[in-house]
Amino acid sequence: MHEITMTVNGVPRTASAEARRLLSDFLRHDLGLTGTHVGCEHGVCGCCTVLLDGEPVRSCLMFAVTAAGHELTTVEGLGDAGGMSPVQRAFQECHGLQCGFCTPGFLCTVTAFLRENPRPGDDEVIEAVSGNLCRCTGYQNILKAVHRAAVLIAEEDAQ
Amino acid sequence: MKPPPFTYHAPETLDEALDALARAGDDGKVLAGGQSLIPLLNMRLAAPGHLIDINRVTELDTVEVTPEGVWAGALARHARVERSDEAAAVQPLLRAALRHVAHPVVRNRGTVVGSLAHADPAAELPAVLAVLGGSVEAASSRGRRTVPAAEFFAGPLESSLRRGELAVRAFFPALPERSGAAFAEVSRRHGDYAMAGAAAVVALDDDQRVCSARVAYLSIAATPLVLDLTASLDRRPPVTCDWAAAAGYARDHIDPDGDIHATAAYRRHLAGVLTERTLRAAAQEAL
Ligand SMILES: Cc1cc2nc3c(=O)[nH]c(=O)nc-3n(C[C@H](O)[C@H](O)[C@H](O)COP(=O)(O)OP(=O)(O)OC[C@H]3O[C@@H](n4cnc5c(N)ncnc54)[C@H](O)[C@@H]3O)c2cc1C
Repeated sequence: MHEITMTVNGVPRTASAEARRLLSDFLRHDLGLTGTHVGCEHGVCGCCTVLLDGEPVRSCLMFAVTAAGHELTTVEGLGDAGGMSPVQRAFQECHGLQCGFCTPGFLCTVTAFLRENPRPGDDEVIEAVSGNLCRCTGYQNILKAVHRAAVLIAEEDAQ
Repeated sequence: MKPPPFTYHAPETLDEALDALARAGDDGKVLAGGQSLIPLLNMRLAAPGHLIDINRVTELDTVEVTPEGVWAGALARHARVERSDEAAAVQPLLRAALRHVAHPVVRNRGTVVGSLAHADPAAELPAVLAVLGGSVEAASSRGRRTVPAAEFFAGPLESSLRRGELAVRAFFPALPERSGAAFAEVSRRHGDYAMAGAAAVVALDDDQRVCSARVAYLSIAATPLVLDLTASLDRRPPVTCDWAAAAGYARDHIDPDGDIHATAAYRRHLAGVLTERTLRAAAQEAL
């Protein structure tokens, strides 16, 4: 067993787990953060995407021990006391989700993407979410939500 | 899913990593980005007794660009190399191929050297290393050696790294003067492993005639297959080159297998199309 400490959504968290504990399972089972969803567990579906030091990564393809000492952001950490983040609000407004299973992965992926590319073109948006699968929406509303989120973020920054 | 249990090693220096690898012997595996190894563990297709996690070995986290070429250290992630304008200026094939490696999120973790060590015949970077005649530097607790690309890929998912060896960095030679390169592949969806792919390098002589044309193929053979197509192009200037002749030569000199993704005949057809497409584009770049 390993004592594993990492900062999750700004809070230092420690739990003990085996070396083979996937980061996705560590977040869900050891830290009780069940917002991160587990789909395929081989990196294809993108549901388990979280931010590691600000960059989106698959939490099913990383061991919790490897993430020790790093900063993590999960879907639970995207909003703040004031409410949901602009990306979350945009997904709600544009119906960018139906069953919601894939949503945490999309939200983390898109949050990091818009930080790097605040005014993306259509093709860039498609490329950015190409690694996340959604079986409900048909993607069109997700793409709209990404563009809407870019507008909301720009408005917020202007204030 | 739960990977099988293993003993975890978290070295902070290369020497510590090599030491752990030497002691683990046949039962040891290097863990780099984990984007190929962890799926195998999750599906229980591999069960190494010891994992040597090199993610804390900061001395391996390097991308060095010189006029001679690009050196990618074992911790250089796909995304970092893809974003490097310096690397793209010296060797454009790297960025061109990296854009086809998985999805952006996977490229944030996966490493260039890990992709070479994994030696997947459907992977892009082994073909790039092969067509450029690059090399991999391997280190063990006993010393170092340089393995040329032509000897590095031993079979499907099999490199020629020996027990106790860690690939410390890979060298991608620069594109010489009057040369151009191009990459293309066909996959069912962008980001999937390709049904066939090609990386081409074309060089022109002083009279702007094609004096060298090499293409490496992925998903066509058990290891990256390099064909020298120079003779089939008859040393002409690019505008009058018979690219279809080169494509025909390529189709006649490959022997792809069929599988669930594509039949052998379809792969052969794709290899021809991609030969023509990449040679044409590479020659254009060389002008
Ligand atoms: C959904 C998905 C899609 C993908 N699509 C593609 C694709 O289209 N094309 C493609 O090329 N790849 C693809 N990949 C794989 C990805 O590129 C991997 O990052 C890469 O193949 C392996 O790099 P890694 O650093 O993750 O290695 P790891 O997974 O850590 O290791 C892979 C193997 O190499 C060995 N190894 C790693 N580094 C070293 C070293 N320095 N010395 C000795 N041995 C070492 C390990 O022991 C292991 O056997 C995909 C992955 C996923 C999850």
